[in-house]
Amino acid sequence: MSNPAVAQPIKDTLKTARKAALAKRWLPALLLPVVGLLAFLLFWQLAAGSIDTSLGKFPGPAQAVSQFSSLVDEHIAEQRKADAFYQRQEARNAERLAKDPDAKVTVRPYTGKPTFFKQILTSLYTVMTGFAIASLIAIPLGIVCGLSRPIYNAINPLIQVFKPVSPLAWLPLVTMVVSAVYTSADPLFAKSFVTSALTVALCCLWPTVINTTVGVANMDKDLLNVSRVLSLSPLSHVRRIVLPAAIPMIFTGLRLSLATGWMVLIAAEMLAQNPGLGKFIWDEFQNGSSNSLGRIMVAVIVIGLIGFVLDRLMLALQRRVSWDKNADLR
Amino acid sequence: MNHTHLELTGVGISFPTDKGLFCALQNVNLKIDKGEFVSLIGHSGCGKSTVLNIVAGLYQASTGGVILDGKEVNSPGPERAVVFQNHSLLPWLTCYQNIELAVQQVFKGRKGKAEMREWIEHNLNLVHMTHARDKRPSEISGGMKQRIGIGRALAMQPKVLLMDEPFGALDALTRAHLQDSLMEIHADLGNTVIMITHDVDEAVLLSDRIVMMSNGPSATVGDILKVDLARPRERMALAHDPRYHEYRAAVLEFLYQRQRRPAA
Repeated sequence: MSNPAVAQPIKDTLKTARKAALAKRWLPALLLPVVGLLAFLLFWQLAAGSIDTSLGKFPGPAQAVSQFSSLVDEHIAEQRKADAFYQRQEARNAERLAKDPDAKVTVRPYTGKPTFFKQILTSLYTVMTGFAIASLIAIPLGIVCGLSRPIYNAINPLIQVFKPVSPLAWLPLVTMVVSAVYTSADPLFAKSFVTSALTVALCCLWPTVINTTVGVANMDKDLLNVSRVLSLSPLSHVRRIVLPAAIPMIFTGLRLSLATGWMVLIAAEMLAQNPGLGKFIWDEFQNGSSNSLGRIMVAVIVIGLIGFVLDRLMLALQRRVSWDKNADLR
Repeated sequence: MNHTHLELTGVGISFPTDKGLFCALQNVNLKIDKGEFVSLIGHSGCGKSTVLNIVAGLYQASTGGVILDGKEVNSPGPERAVVFQNHSLLPWLTCYQNIELAVQQVFKGRKGKAEMREWIEHNLNLVHMTHARDKRPSEISGGMKQRIGIGRALAMQPKVLLMDEPFGALDALTRAHLQDSLMEIHADLGNTVIMITHDVDEAVLLSDRIVMMSNGPSATVGDILKVDLARPRERMALAHDPRYHEYRAAVLEFLYQRQRRPAA
């Protein structure tokens, strides 16, 4: 060991060994998904070439990419138009104010056709609103059901009946109720937005309610005894013991709910013609140009990617919040 | 020292089962003085834990009752702190926070923030766990978890400390360490302690009296053995003390001759 001439080669060997070990761990982790992706693209390309539709050949990966870039171009062009509109409006208003300082000037919003990217934002905003409404109801409801057997027995049949109902069955009812009840002269939110968000919320409720209930009901009985010995008040019992103990199951429910909500939203937007990605797809389908299928394909992939990212975000949040650092969260 | 601190009178409990009422305990009578260390020993299933849970207020006796300092016990409370067999620390809180939860609950309105912090740290120190104050239960060993469990119970300044096989899940060495710590703490604070154990040596080493329970169903107090060994007791010295061996033999005789283990 004391001889540096001997030690150096050993150190080098160790270094390469460590590098090799690192590569061994990372290579499969990166390589295999890439292999899977390439195989899928190849299959898509081959399959697309052999399917003829009334709108031309089924779009392959190349068409999808070119449609995506044309959607980007359209978005930029639309943005320019909007900028120009606002500049003109501002100039016009400034001119009027210069002539007569008391003149009433109006600022009108630009009302162009929403682009693909605008629709993405609309959908995201809607799904998050619906998800938030559902979670605010579902977590407390789940805790109550988990704590009290009688309440659980009273509510459980309702949950089991409503859980399998498709969002599309709710949609007409929600639409009619929203138009009947939500009647303000200057509504804060568009009716279509409220309809979509409520439909999402109705379908987001159940996984969170059920998982929260299970999480609370299956709490370690010893922890309940700790709480009883400490004579915690009902409120601090829930806050200090029940809620943290159920966090892992609550998050399982939330992740299932968000995934359900995202699927439901696209369907609801298609059927109700409410703004969002679903409407984008439906419009393209009705449009029936030679580009339409390619654009729908882009939308399908984007919907999938967004769903994936939403789940990863929830997972990251779960990892941050969860106390059970040994749990294999995936 | 001579007035009765805790008294169990005619305590019995029955549980409803598919085959009708099951009488687990019957006519348990026990008087415990302030500062006394009492062990409950008996075969598994004889209702030792049930007795402890009734004193804790976690179970309600079907007949008879428990009186602590002249007041009937009918619900759980921090003046009868429990050290659970499997520690029962809240896994999402650090050691410090686990004790803090108990201290905040028991001393709210009575101690200021600084006083509470000092008291929590004092108790961490008492169970020799200051070094792990910011660790979570999953990051420390079983013996350390049990130390925190004891620290949490002591921090409530209970009138009676109830211990349900506190060292049952630990290896022999760790158990010996914790028994020594417990003797030290008991000598310092003079708590009244009721401890459940399976371990004859543990019972003789720690107790002033050993309550030996007969087998269930309808289990009750079989015999009470007074352990008249001077304190502080030394594990090594006792190993050569003939009286220690007599006590030990008496307990063993009760358990294996008079109360043969039910067909397990």
